[in-house]
Amino acid sequence: MRVETQCKILELTQLSSGGWSMTLESKGIAAQISAPGQFLHIKCGDSQLLRRPISICNWSAQRDLIRIVFEARGEGTRWLSQRQVGDSLDVLGPLGNGFSMKPDGKYLLVGGGIGVPPMLGCAVHGGSVCAAVLGFRSAQNTMLLEEFGQACPGGVRLATDNGSLGHHGFVDALVRQELSEHAGCDGVLACGPKPMLKSVAAVCAEKGVPCQVSMEERMGCGVGACLVCACKNTQGHYMHVCKDGPVFSAQEVDWND
Amino acid sequence: MTNPSMAVDLAGVELKNPVVVASGTFGFGREYGQFYDLSELGGICVKGLTATSREGNPPPRIAETSMGILNSVGLQNPGVDTFIQTELPFLRRYDVKVIANISGNTPEEYGEMCQKLSDAGVDLIEVNISCPNVKAGGLAYGTRPELAAEVTCMAKAHAGKVPVMVKLSPNVTEIVEIARAVADAGADALSLINTLRGMRIDVHSHRPILKMNTGGLSGPAVLPIAVRMVWEVSSVGLPILGMGGVSDGDSAAQLMLAGASAVAVGTACFADPYAPIHVRDGLREIAARQGLSSVSQLTGAVRPW
Repeated sequence: MRVETQCKILELTQLSSGGWSMTLESKGIAAQISAPGQFLHIKCGDSQLLRRPISICNWSAQRDLIRIVFEARGEGTRWLSQRQVGDSLDVLGPLGNGFSMKPDGKYLLVGGGIGVPPMLGCAVHGGSVCAAVLGFRSAQNTMLLEEFGQACPGGVRLATDNGSLGHHGFVDALVRQELSEHAGCDGVLACGPKPMLKSVAAVCAEKGVPCQVSMEERMGCGVGACLVCACKNTQGHYMHVCKDGPVFSAQEVDWND
Repeated sequence: MTNPSMAVDLAGVELKNPVVVASGTFGFGREYGQFYDLSELGGICVKGLTATSREGNPPPRIAETSMGILNSVGLQNPGVDTFIQTELPFLRRYDVKVIANISGNTPEEYGEMCQKLSDAGVDLIEVNISCPNVKAGGLAYGTRPELAAEVTCMAKAHAGKVPVMVKLSPNVTEIVEIARAVADAGADALSLINTLRGMRIDVHSHRPILKMNTGGLSGPAVLPIAVRMVWEVSSVGLPILGMGGVSDGDSAAQLMLAGASAVAVGTACFADPYAPIHVRDGLREIAARQGLSSVSQLTGAVRPW
């Protein structure tokens, strides 16, 4: 049986202008995580009716810890960023299907903005990684670079929208370079804004490299009952991000919807 | 303190407790069945069914509001036949009453679905004439007494021994008028309220949050409207399944005092999967504290000024 869990906050740090890192005592949730890319559904105060889905950044089943990194963007996530160490949170999870990774596989991890954190879980827990390509709005918005550096033997390449750090532009140009320069990549795994995912999926299709994407949509129940977080597949049917995803094969998704 | 009996009667169907889960918020029970034994519930109103499968509306389908949510799912469902083949057998593994919620494009479609569901042996049929999120049928039937009556007649003619409960829209000027028309047409029970039409706009982009622009409002914000409407409709004399903003024992008891025989929990499940269990326990506590021998004694017991 699934349970709603009260998890104590052990660490809360601001990483960038809007990004926050939070480590939770997981009360057994960490041991249930089946793949990187799954999420927690967190109650953010009594005045917010809906929980907030937040992807898992990293975890340790052995130490019973879960780390999330989120952006304080709306009222709910702002409330979350104002908690204190020692407070408890009402958590459902782990929910959804994560990235499918072979233990000995080589992957290119692609993250954009607040889509960067879950890719760290892939780097740490998902086999031997080839490289990471991370995109941010500007140098002020970067986060987790040191951790990615340690977890990615194939190196980390950066892109910023304004050119203040790394490649000036979007990540898809770097993805194209990486796939051209390094053959034998088992797959590209990506999380970020939909236009970014669409362009990364297009590059992968062109290069013939399998691509998995983590999709985002406004969510309700988080468990597949309310059917609000719809995402259209290439057959014209609506899948649901919380239950069928959030990670999908890029080939399943109707990018023109 | 007493130990009140929790069983209630809804149009001849005995529910082991007055707590039902509302259509569209609980799927077909599989997801929340991972959190607790579905036999704990009085009844399950399944996701709204249509004659053939529907994909529903484009996303975003949800927007949060002050103590409420707007949704525009648009009746995404696998169709009545798939429900009968694959979902009903699953639900039958539990000791819980199964209430099939149906929406049709024509009175004939309502009739055909009732026939199939009656043959399949559901416990109760909830006829949705009030969905604000689909163009055809839906709300149109729920806002005009003569059309509501026509759909009710057709449903009754094909439902056999299965009682028919008609789900009313709050998006009308005079809900009692519709309730009377439906009662005169032979409905066995009424359920209310469906969601209220609403809209939320992103002030930065000037775009509505919902892709369909408008949607149905539910959650604690609508409770007072639901209580008032149940109270008004109770004058019609049919058993009522009350819903709209139920999140605890107090809100459920208000609907029962206003005239509901049972209550449905919907939006509250999204924040708390165990909400229906908490509502049931809260109701029991209220009935016990008031020295009632049965929770059903709350029904209609309001003492208006």
